[in-house]
Amino acid sequence: MSDATAPDDTMVDREPDSALAAVLAAAKRSDLGLVVLTLGLIYLGATLLTFTDGLNSVVGLLRTLTFLGLVYALSTLALNLHWGYTGLFNIGVAGFMAIGVYTMGIVVRSPDPAFGPPGFGLPLPVGIVAGMAMASLFGLIAALPALRLRADYFAIVTLGLSEIIRLTLQSSTFDTALRETLGVGTGGGRGMGMPQNPVRGLFLVDGRAGDPTALGAAVFGTLGEGGLGISNNILIGWGYILVLAVFVVAFYVLLERLGRSPFGRTLKAIREDELVADSLGKNVDLIKIKVFMIGCALMGLAGILWFGSQGNVSPSPQFEPILTFYIFVAVIIGGSGSNTGSVLGGIVFAAVLFEGPRRVGAVLRDTIDAPTPPTFGDAVAAADPVGLLAYATDNIAPLQFVLLGLVLIFIMHRRPDGLLGDRIETAAAVDLTRREGGERDE
Amino acid sequence: MSEPAADTDPEAADSPVEQAAQRTPSGLPLRVDGLRKEFGGITAVDGVSFEVESGSLTGLIGPNGAGKSTTFNCITGVHEPTAGDVYLNGEAITGLAPYEIAQRGLVRTFQIARELPEMTVLENLMLAPKNQQGESALRSVLPGLRGGVVDQEEQLRERAWETLEFFEIDHLATEYAGSLSGGQRKLLEMARALMTDPEVVLLDEPLAGVNPTLEEKLLDRVDDLRAEGYTFLLVEHDMDVIMHHCEHIIVMHQGQVLAEGGAEEIRTNDRVIEAYLGDDL
Repeated sequence: MSDATAPDDTMVDREPDSALAAVLAAAKRSDLGLVVLTLGLIYLGATLLTFTDGLNSVVGLLRTLTFLGLVYALSTLALNLHWGYTGLFNIGVAGFMAIGVYTMGIVVRSPDPAFGPPGFGLPLPVGIVAGMAMASLFGLIAALPALRLRADYFAIVTLGLSEIIRLTLQSSTFDTALRETLGVGTGGGRGMGMPQNPVRGLFLVDGRAGDPTALGAAVFGTLGEGGLGISNNILIGWGYILVLAVFVVAFYVLLERLGRSPFGRTLKAIREDELVADSLGKNVDLIKIKVFMIGCALMGLAGILWFGSQGNVSPSPQFEPILTFYIFVAVIIGGSGSNTGSVLGGIVFAAVLFEGPRRVGAVLRDTIDAPTPPTFGDAVAAADPVGLLAYATDNIAPLQFVLLGLVLIFIMHRRPDGLLGDRIETAAAVDLTRREGGERDE
Repeated sequence: MSEPAADTDPEAADSPVEQAAQRTPSGLPLRVDGLRKEFGGITAVDGVSFEVESGSLTGLIGPNGAGKSTTFNCITGVHEPTAGDVYLNGEAITGLAPYEIAQRGLVRTFQIARELPEMTVLENLMLAPKNQQGESALRSVLPGLRGGVVDQEEQLRERAWETLEFFEIDHLATEYAGSLSGGQRKLLEMARALMTDPEVVLLDEPLAGVNPTLEEKLLDRVDDLRAEGYTFLLVEHDMDVIMHHCEHIIVMHQGQVLAEGGAEEIRTNDRVIEAYLGDDL
C-alpha cells in the first residue's frame, strides 16, 4: 500500500454531502482504507446475520469470511500478474496451486507416518520453497511450448495441464509408482494430511488440544472459553488470519513493485500489442516465460497457504477447474490490472458471492415456517411465494451460480472494467504526472 | 602506439580484403543484398538489392503488390527471407528476431499506427529505450537495487518529455494513447521509435491519413532529425512527398527494383511511368 499515505492530487476535492460520503471519499483516497471499508461492511452484514446466535457464532463466521477473502485475495493477486498485467490467459490456476501444496506436503510429511502416504520429512520452510519452485517449474513446462500460441490456444493448454495434474495426483498408479521409486506418495484419491500449521503450535503445545502454551493460555483465558467464550479453534483461526494478512501485503508490495517499473511497462506492452514490444527490442518470449514462472510460484504459495492449512488435501473436488473460474471471477470483479482491485475482488467474491448466499439462505430458511416443496416444479405450481422461498433457500448452493451469473452480466454491462479497473496504474518507478522533482516511489 | 596493422596500410589498399571492404563500406547504415522472399509458390520479393546512405531520407515506392511491405518485413525480422542478406552498419542481421534487430539500432513504425492504447503517451515512450535496468524483474523488486532503477527512470522521464516537446505532443503526455487522433498516433509512433536511440528508422507510410498541416510538421521533424544524423527509409504512397523530400528513391515493381535514383531521374524514367500507369499506354 505504497501510496496509501500519499495525497492523491488527481482527485478533485469537493465538499462531501454527508458524513457517510465523507468517510467514503476518505476511504477511496487510500487503498488500505478501501480494503478496510469493504471488510467493515462485510463484517457488519455478517454480524447482523448471526448476532442472535451469540458472540462465538459471529466471530466464527467473521473468521470464515476473512479466511476465504484473504486466500482468494492471494490467488487473485497472482492471477492478476498473468491476466491483468500481461494478458496471459492462464486458466490452469487450480493445477499450479495443487502442485504447490502437494509438493509441500510430500517434502514435509514424515517418512514413516501413522497413516497416509510417506514424505521426505524435511522442515516446513523447505517444503514451502520447494512447492513454489515446483509450481514455477511446471509453469516453465507449460510456457515453453505454449507461449508462442495465440491467447485462446494458450488457455486450452493451461486448462489441459491443470486437469492432467489433478488426475495424475488422483491416480493410485502414480501414487504407487512414486512410493516404489522415491519412497513418497500422493495418497491418490484419498489425498494426504497436511503438516501441522505452525500457528497452532503457537497456541497449543505440539498442537494438542487442552495443552495450551503461555500465549495460548493468555488468549484462551481472556477471549476464549475462560473469558468471552469464543472457541479455541476459532481463536487459532484468527491467529492464522494474521499470517495470511502479512502474506497479502507481501504479495501486494511485490506486485506493485513489479508493476511500477520498466519490467511492468514491458508486461503491459505485451498485453497491448506483442509485435510493438518486439519491434522496440523487447525479448517478448523470454519476458513472458519469466512472468509466467513468477506468477505460478505465487499461485503455488497461495495454494500452500490456503489448502495447506486445511488439514487434508485431495485432488477432487478441491482442485477442479471451477476453482480457477472462481479466481477469474474475483479478478474481473476487482478490475484486472489493479492490485488493490484484486484484493478487493478476492474479498468481495469470497464473502459476498461465495460464502454469503449460503449463510443468508440458511438463516432465511430457519425463519420460514413451511415445508420445502420436493421439486422446483412443485414450488412454482403451488403459486405460493412462501413455498418458493423455502425451496430457494433450501437449494441455495445451485442457485448461487444463477446469482453469480447475474452479477457477472451486471458487471460486464455496467462496469466492464471491474471495481477499480478504471484506475490508472502507472507502469513506471516515478510519478509520470510530474515532470521534475516528482515524489520517488522508493 | 604500436605500428598500424597491415590491412590498414595505404599500400595494401589493393589487396582483396580491402577491395571487399570497399564494396561494403561500413559507412552504409543499411544494405540489402539479393533479398528474396517466397510464400508458397508466390515470390513476393525477387532479388532486391539497395543501399541507404547515412543521414539520408530514402524513399521506397511502388504500386500495390510491388513487395514493399514484404521487403520491410524481411528487413525488420518479421519475415525470414528465403534468400539474400540484410546488413546494418556492415553487420549481417538477416534472419534475426525483430527484437534483436531493434536492439542493434534499426527500428520501425507501422503503416496502421500501433500505439499501446491502455498505456499513457509517456508510458509508450518510456517503454522504448534499450538497456533499462528495471527491465530485470529482480532489480525492480529488490530494495537495494531499486534506487538505481528509479534514478534511471527519472532520466528517461525527462528524455520522454523532451521528445514529446520536439514532436509538439507534450500536452498529451498523461493521456491514454488510445484516445489520440490518427495523426497524433503517427507522431507518437515516431517519437517512440526515436526513444530507442536508433541509427536507422523505417517509416511505413507515416503520412497515411494525416492532415496536411500535421504532414508538414512530421516531415519537418524528419528533416531536423536527419540533420542530427538519423537515417530514414520511407515507404510512402504520396508521390509529392517522395519527390520533394527524398534525395534517393527506389522504385519497386513485381518484387524487383525497377529503378533507382534522384527525383528527376525517377520522374522521367519510362519504365516507372509504365509500371504506375499500366502497359496499355
